[in-house]
Amino acid sequence: MRPLLFTNARIIDPGQDWDFLGRLLVENGIIAAVGQSLEVPEDARTIDLKGKWLVPGLIDIHVHLREPGEEYKETIETGTAAAAAGGFTAVACMANTRPVNDSAGITKFILERAREVAKTRVYPIAAVTVGQRGEQLTEFGDLLSAGAVAFSDDGLPLGARMMRHALEYAKSFDALIISHSEELELSEGGLMNEGRISIELGLKGIPAAAEEVAVFRDVTLAGLTGGRLHIAHVSTKGSVEIIRQAKARGIKVTAETAPHYFSITEEAVIGYNTSAKMNPPLRTEADRVAIIEGIRDGTIDVIATDHAPHSTIEKECEFQLAANGIIGLETSVPLSLNLVRSGHISASQLVRCMSSSPSQILGVAGGSLTPGSPADISVIDSDQTFILTLESLHSMSHNSPFLGKELQGRAILTLIDGRPIYDPEGIASPHQDPL
Amino acid sequence: MNCLNVCHILGISTLLPEEISLILDTAESLKEILDRPIKKVPLLRGKTVVHLFFEPSTRTRLSFELAAKRLGADTIGISAGASSVKKGETLIDTVRNIEAMRPDVIVIRHPYSGTPYLLTQYVKSAVINAGDGINEHPSQALLDVFTVREHLGHIEGLKVAILGDILHSRVAHSDILAFTKMGAEVVVSGPGTMLPPRQSQVLGARVVLRTEEAIEDADVIIALRIQRERQDQSLIPSIREYATFFGLWPERLRLARPGVLIMHPGPINRGVEMAPEVADGPYSVILDQVTNGVAVRMALLALLFKKGE
Ligand SMILES: [Zn+2]
Repeated sequence: MRPLLFTNARIIDPGQDWDFLGRLLVENGIIAAVGQSLEVPEDARTIDLKGKWLVPGLIDIHVHLREPGEEYKETIETGTAAAAAGGFTAVACMANTRPVNDSAGITKFILERAREVAKTRVYPIAAVTVGQRGEQLTEFGDLLSAGAVAFSDDGLPLGARMMRHALEYAKSFDALIISHSEELELSEGGLMNEGRISIELGLKGIPAAAEEVAVFRDVTLAGLTGGRLHIAHVSTKGSVEIIRQAKARGIKVTAETAPHYFSITEEAVIGYNTSAKMNPPLRTEADRVAIIEGIRDGTIDVIATDHAPHSTIEKECEFQLAANGIIGLETSVPLSLNLVRSGHISASQLVRCMSSSPSQILGVAGGSLTPGSPADISVIDSDQTFILTLESLHSMSHNSPFLGKELQGRAILTLIDGRPIYDPEGIASPHQDPL
Repeated sequence: MNCLNVCHILGISTLLPEEISLILDTAESLKEILDRPIKKVPLLRGKTVVHLFFEPSTRTRLSFELAAKRLGADTIGISAGASSVKKGETLIDTVRNIEAMRPDVIVIRHPYSGTPYLLTQYVKSAVINAGDGINEHPSQALLDVFTVREHLGHIEGLKVAILGDILHSRVAHSDILAFTKMGAEVVVSGPGTMLPPRQSQVLGARVVLRTEEAIEDADVIIALRIQRERQDQSLIPSIREYATFFGLWPERLRLARPGVLIMHPGPINRGVEMAPEVADGPYSVILDQVTNGVAVRMALLALLFKKGE
């Protein structure tokens, strides 16, 4: 492969405090040099980015790839194709496959499939408990040896005692516990955020408190045990405040939110729109604003998508019966860029939330453009507008409340080890170029 | 206005005050038919009304069927479990099959909120919501407003108290919307577990914690049916305690305006929502509600057909 020289690139790397217009050279799959003027090998192909963003490959810490078991919704192949198209070079996939990823065999299967068909890097998250049943811890050591990067029962929240033990046992391996913090007794039967709109639609509500009491419980247990805790998909103002205080007290906790929680509110449910049904549910405007503030001040470390593909079987039905979740890999960049455009966060903060912090929290490669690191790179055109259509999606499912909406900003080139995995305009891989 | 704007009756929330007035006026003229020796007019001859009930109901279904028959329509009744999905057929499949038989109106009752709305996206027929989950029960509210207007001559300026499980009652939701749209002041009350938390307003009604405060100077009191399974959901400790502290007893009634109308959507739990002497008392219009239910549902059918033509 010929070396690639990116010129006129807006190079952003929060780890180096970089945000400048310059050049970046990729050679042998490695970032060889970064700077204003570089010594360039003769055979290098020059790509003038005309000021577009060049950032460390985005990493999505929370996706559902559905394979094995629900390949009619998504596969490792299609899910990672969607990821690549969304600017991601790596995804961490949740354990709620069928069978559940609760043993080294399943973890190895996922990694094996990923080697065969995945566009991006795939990091399996294993279940905390066998079968996600909340009764017996999985073999953390064995799973980590097989390639798991963290542990979570996600949508099936742990009881308090099991959460304590998971955090304690994880310490032996410096492993991360990802918590979907939800008090099931308070959310049971709930279909959307509890409040004015849930009454207007006659849908049973899920109070913000169902999340907040669980977040408080979990950070308290993290404080008790000293285990490493990551709170998934924070959706309420109260949760942000609880995490802010926990961090101030020195508790080892990190947190993520998803673009939908800072982009839209419970109003999206009006009309019994199943594409706006998710758990935790879309909240109020006050929550939305507090989530943005949490991202701005660093309380929320990560923007993850909680990409949750469902087919029309699960979504074209009564609201009550519809499955929770929306796809997110192909809308995360434009929605998150809105925060930069509105002046809430800097471009560097955005890259931190979508690349550097995820890599640090999971302890995986990437998140940096330092010379010598693998050339996992996303090139983003922050201005390009497009309408999200069925045809434009790479995911097998299309359960998105943003379908038909005009979005601004998208990945135009994604590289792994210097190799283009998404390059619709042929920027880095013109046909005349011999492989 | 002599024609509805809406093509379906999904809820009071979708109706304008003028549409509600039109429905009430139409019901008034149709009610006269019910007193004739031959209680039938051929307004809807050759038309088909399907009653699709996914939830057990005797009264509402009977009332709708009678209304359709009085207007000369052919009626088909289908009872199904909402869980028929488990047998592999989805609601949308079921409805498409029914649609293939070319009905003119589908009257649907369903335990899940919003289902009538979903239906309209798949069928050409007019849809009437006969109660969906904890969302709305528009025909009940319309017959309640009709009954009050019949007895008191107007709605505007009245104080209407609604007592019981406000949060989980589709009748409460539709009643609040209907009475407030027609200019009444609506006050709701019930046990704290059955009221929206920390909200002083619900759908335009004032929320008060004390039953007495709701009843005070009321022109109309609507007591909602208490579902016995609410005990098991820890919403109330016992039916007995509910009756004592939240039920309508003669001494409580003295706080209301003289001649206050007593209403109940039925079926009534005597001695729970209200004392027997209140239910059977001179100001109880509970049985009028039943008669008026047929007239109001006739009006809905007649107006939807008129709209369709
Ligand atoms: Zn989750």
